[in-house]
Amino acid sequence: MRYLPLTDADRSGMLAAIGASSIDDLFVDVPAEARLPGPVAGLPLHAGEMAVERHMSRLAAMNLSAGSVPFFLGAGAYRHHVPASVDHLIQRGEFLTAYTPYQPEIAQGTLQVLFEFQTQVARLFGTDIANASMYDGSTACWEAILMASRVTRRSRAVLSGGLHPHYAATVRTMARFSGETIDWRVPRLEAAPDDAEVIAAIDGETACVVVQYPDILGRIPDLAAIADAAHAAGALLVAVVTEPVALGLIEAPGHLGADIVVGEGQSLGVGLNFGGPYLGLFGCNEKFVRQMPGRLCGETVDADGRRGFVLTLSTREQHIRREKATSNICTNSGLCALAFSIHMTLLGGEGLARLARINHARARRLAERLAAVPDLSVLNEAWFNEFTVILPKDAREVVRALADRQVLGGVSLGRLYPDAPELDRGLLVAATETCSDEDIEAFASALTGVLA
Amino acid sequence: MSAPNAAGWRPSLGAANDSAAPSPTASGDRGLMLEEALIFELGQPGKCGVDLDEPELEPLPALGRHLRRQACPLPGLTEPETVRHYTRLSRQNYAIDLGPFPLGSCTMKHNPRLNEKVARLPGFADVHPLQPQQTVRGALEVIAQLADWLIALTGMHGVAMTPKAGAHGELCGLLCIRAAHDARGEAREVMLVPDSAHGTNPATAAFAGYRVESIAATAEGRIDVAALLARLGPDVAGVMITNPNTCGLFERDIKEIADAVHAAGGYVYCDGANFNAIVGKVRPGDLGVDAMHINLHKTFSTPHGGGGPGSGPVVLSEALAPFAPLPFTMRTAEGVTHLVEEEDAAAIVPGESFGSRSFGRMTAFHGQMGMFTRALTYILSHGADGLRQVAEDAVLNANYVLRRVEDVLVAPFAASGPCMHEALFSDAGLPEGFTTLDIAKGLIDEGFHPMTVYFPLVVRGAMLVEPTETESRAGLDRFIASLRSLAERAGRSDESLKSAPHLAPRRRLDETQAARKPVLVWREPASAAD
Repeated sequence: MRYLPLTDADRSGMLAAIGASSIDDLFVDVPAEARLPGPVAGLPLHAGEMAVERHMSRLAAMNLSAGSVPFFLGAGAYRHHVPASVDHLIQRGEFLTAYTPYQPEIAQGTLQVLFEFQTQVARLFGTDIANASMYDGSTACWEAILMASRVTRRSRAVLSGGLHPHYAATVRTMARFSGETIDWRVPRLEAAPDDAEVIAAIDGETACVVVQYPDILGRIPDLAAIADAAHAAGALLVAVVTEPVALGLIEAPGHLGADIVVGEGQSLGVGLNFGGPYLGLFGCNEKFVRQMPGRLCGETVDADGRRGFVLTLSTREQHIRREKATSNICTNSGLCALAFSIHMTLLGGEGLARLARINHARARRLAERLAAVPDLSVLNEAWFNEFTVILPKDAREVVRALADRQVLGGVSLGRLYPDAPELDRGLLVAATETCSDEDIEAFASALTGVLA
Repeated sequence: MSAPNAAGWRPSLGAANDSAAPSPTASGDRGLMLEEALIFELGQPGKCGVDLDEPELEPLPALGRHLRRQACPLPGLTEPETVRHYTRLSRQNYAIDLGPFPLGSCTMKHNPRLNEKVARLPGFADVHPLQPQQTVRGALEVIAQLADWLIALTGMHGVAMTPKAGAHGELCGLLCIRAAHDARGEAREVMLVPDSAHGTNPATAAFAGYRVESIAATAEGRIDVAALLARLGPDVAGVMITNPNTCGLFERDIKEIADAVHAAGGYVYCDGANFNAIVGKVRPGDLGVDAMHINLHKTFSTPHGGGGPGSGPVVLSEALAPFAPLPFTMRTAEGVTHLVEEEDAAAIVPGESFGSRSFGRMTAFHGQMGMFTRALTYILSHGADGLRQVAEDAVLNANYVLRRVEDVLVAPFAASGPCMHEALFSDAGLPEGFTTLDIAKGLIDEGFHPMTVYFPLVVRGAMLVEPTETESRAGLDRFIASLRSLAERAGRSDESLKSAPHLAPRRRLDETQAARKPVLVWREPASAAD
């Protein structure tokens, strides 16, 4: 077996060295009736690299990959071009096969990357600080609500209807068990986001208002107005960013009054990967630092006075604080944070701004072309790289029919909101720098055909 | 005229006074020990490592008031500068690829490169989670095949695949337990957790809304069964057991415990962090376990990546399976794998089968697909026979370390019988003033990553060594020689050990200062702003 270095001679020599007569001697504490006599029955035996690769390649070939067809899906996961150097660098064994940097003297590479990552995220979000990443955007969103409850000592959260439905569902699941009160809503098919409704829902018990920016339908809420209303009631504004590239073009939530900004970092460096692994981004005001969840990397010096980095403020965390910790999170998304950080380093602030303008221009082009499709209307007045169109029939059928024509033409609102039939005719479409004019034309003509 | 180099000196001969300490270098680098500045100190605003065309359209007028007033203040680097920056940083890391990484309960085994290759196939890596199901049959099949293996290897009824990591999996298991009690109209508030448990266990129980009560360990390093059984009652929702436990021992009374917990109306959660010791040898389902997370980044070799991403599928008993989270895969009668989401959960899942009474969604999308492809690749490579050999070799390697070191380091439970896949030592036998930390930092100078230190908490100055099955005997012998040497140096009160490491990229770092005045982001030096 190519991954097991011990030879049979090693095994018998080692058993002899420790005074055991057979390997079974080492499993004596397992109840005899539970010990399996041999390999688990009914399962295949070991296989060579070539055979395994063939099996997996066949499974991969059963999928229609985004890059092989005109592709317009978003809804919390975006297809961007990732520079080749990103994937090369994250595969260096020193990054790939290292553990959490608990021994800082021999983990400065990972630690410095995390410090740089935290700084990049904080500057992108316009917050004072950021942590070293969470699992993904949806879990980061729930952690932000819990943190707001700790800060305000209240337990009610108001969710905008523009919050990604998977995020809202995650929050509602968790709140059932934690006891938070969640005031949630589904979006309405209107050009403007539901800012006024959210503001009206804030009361004296509200710990936080959770607003996605841009929202699930691609609209752009007025964070500053919502922040003012939240703060007047003693509540926090939690802004959720599922497409961080947008922040190259539109103002950072932290500059608009958001107290906690969370997001999904997948767009930069990570790729689609059928939904995971991704990385949760988490930034906030510095005064809340001791209420933050997740790992934090901080600067310090070593015994010779040289600058170095360590994991810090671990008295918030489960391995020290146990049941009193701010979160149960242990593993985060280290390697995805590295990919995000490398991609961000390659772009720089001005590169990000240009990438964002290109995305926006592509989406404008897509909107112009789709508006010419008969019986179709564009819902949004404003958007970044994703917007909603209204079709003459259930968008779920349309998406399936488009796929039959080898076009991946967006995400139907019916799939996202199965309990809200009034949204059935909504289709969410996104365009990034990867969409060519030919892709847009192919999409528009396929859609015309499907709707005819 | 004499020759300019009459002695014929050349660099390989060395200097005349070779024993002198090297002078500090002007660069701060020392040969291949390379220092590296922060990107904020290296980069320049406006510099970019990605060639981007000028956008063909101006922003929508309706965006006007939302536009960013100034570009995000981040410097950029070109590709050569970027590659060099991260390559230089990588060299300051220790990694499995460089040597043994014997962190107890972390299972730092070799990460096969075929897994990386497979995960990057466009059919897996370049697929959107919300594509129509007809376009992702292969991806769903990967999830279903991995699920089949995990169910077969654990002897359980079903598996929830979406949890993002071990602690997230623990949460999933406990939420299933709460949902099951809720469904019976029972409000049980207490979760029993042994005091040897990993910190995530009590933190997760609190996160799930339980009150945590500790159960003590016996002097031989196992759960105090009598104490646990005495505590059971109508307020106890269940018990979280790590098996093999964090002292490196198998909880041989687990079946008796499970039977008693079930009789009292509770459920047994098993922390599967240590599954590597028993994979292919024992099925937790045969021991009465109701829920157990499996860290794919431990037992099934997906890379740790400097702290994630992980993946923590949770296998479930028949009693808990109906409450599993959305979404999940289900095979139809025709053999097609279908993804069950909110849309169709009620419509197509038969009553009392897996997920029929789901507690809901606990994350966006469908789980850590990139880890599923890697784990399935690993499992297919090993097969049922190879996985059994994994457990046997992992346990053999740990016992080899235990017996070759126990005469120089105190092994508190050595008399309790063989250990499983990790060997536990204590600093109790070291001279006054010498601690576990000194042994750990000494290992760094020896070129090894230290073991897990000061965990489990039930042992003074714990040192938990998990070699894993991917270390050779020769590699173990080198590690053992270093560990013995360090124990002997401590034994003769070698003071230089207290300031180790001396040879790493950094000496001991001041963690107190870091926590007292946290500096979590880089800021422009004050002088530069003048």
